[in-house]
Amino acid sequence: MIAAAAFWIFAAAAILSGLMVIASKNPVHSVLFLISAFISAAGLFVLMGAEYLAMLLIVVYVGAVAVLFLFVVMMLDVDFVELKQGFLSYLPIGALIAAVVVVELIMVVFVWAFPSDAELKLAHPAPTAAQTVADPDGPNNIEAIGLILYTDYVHYFQIAGMILLIAMIGAIVLTFRVREGVRTQDPAEQANRAKEIELVDIRPGEGLS
Amino acid sequence: MADIGLGHYLSVAAILFATGMAGIFLNRKNIIVILMSIELMLLAVNINLVAFSQFLGDLTGQIFAFMVLTVAAAEAAIGLAILVAFFRNRGDIAVDDANLMKN
Repeated sequence: MIAAAAFWIFAAAAILSGLMVIASKNPVHSVLFLISAFISAAGLFVLMGAEYLAMLLIVVYVGAVAVLFLFVVMMLDVDFVELKQGFLSYLPIGALIAAVVVVELIMVVFVWAFPSDAELKLAHPAPTAAQTVADPDGPNNIEAIGLILYTDYVHYFQIAGMILLIAMIGAIVLTFRVREGVRTQDPAEQANRAKEIELVDIRPGEGLS
Repeated sequence: MADIGLGHYLSVAAILFATGMAGIFLNRKNIIVILMSIELMLLAVNINLVAFSQFLGDLTGQIFAFMVLTVAAAEAAIGLAILVAFFRNRGDIAVDDANLMKN
């Protein structure tokens, strides 16, 4: 009962926030509604029993991606009212396509049926809520994910790391610029100034004359 | 209130996905909102993956959602970096002006 009520609250919050992301005039408000949508989705993940992904969603999306969006929106000096023009002229076609997609997807959803348990071949059975309650020391969601992520899926895990590394290098290369007329320290040049420095070999007991 | 099943979660994901799609159509000039719409669509995909994973009782879907999350973060970082570079060159972020390659 409580789970059902929580589902409806989180689902309504996620959908309303999603609508406000695309409808609000101010992009800063859009980013804040995006954060709200992510947090609602994290609540839905917790309801489904995927606690690890819920926390990951909050850390990665709210903590990193949304803050990145916020930085960029506030950094760029753009007239956002002008960019909002054309919203109403695109509204009929946009709403029509969205409605068609929703109807199609939901039609697919309600004719979906799982195969019977005999036909079902699970690659990595997940611990159910009943199992976790019955045996609190047994594998929970994050433990079960760790057990397969670092064994069966270790290559995918490393490829994910490479993707993030490449994204980081790419973002730095794209935004890096050398500014003229800014006095910064150049350690290599500093260490190599030969003329002003003289190396003297002082013999013990003689001192520097 | 009926029992909450797989269909409910998939419906929420479908509505979120369509919202993201509509956002791309409606905000054709504002590339920041387009990027945010893409994030919404990826979030809907993640809800689908986790819902199937949980209702089938198989953890593989959650691993896949993890990969989607990684790619979404990388995509956001690169997209915003391109946006900043574009703004520095043009002084504006209107998508309609991004036709240097065509002319």
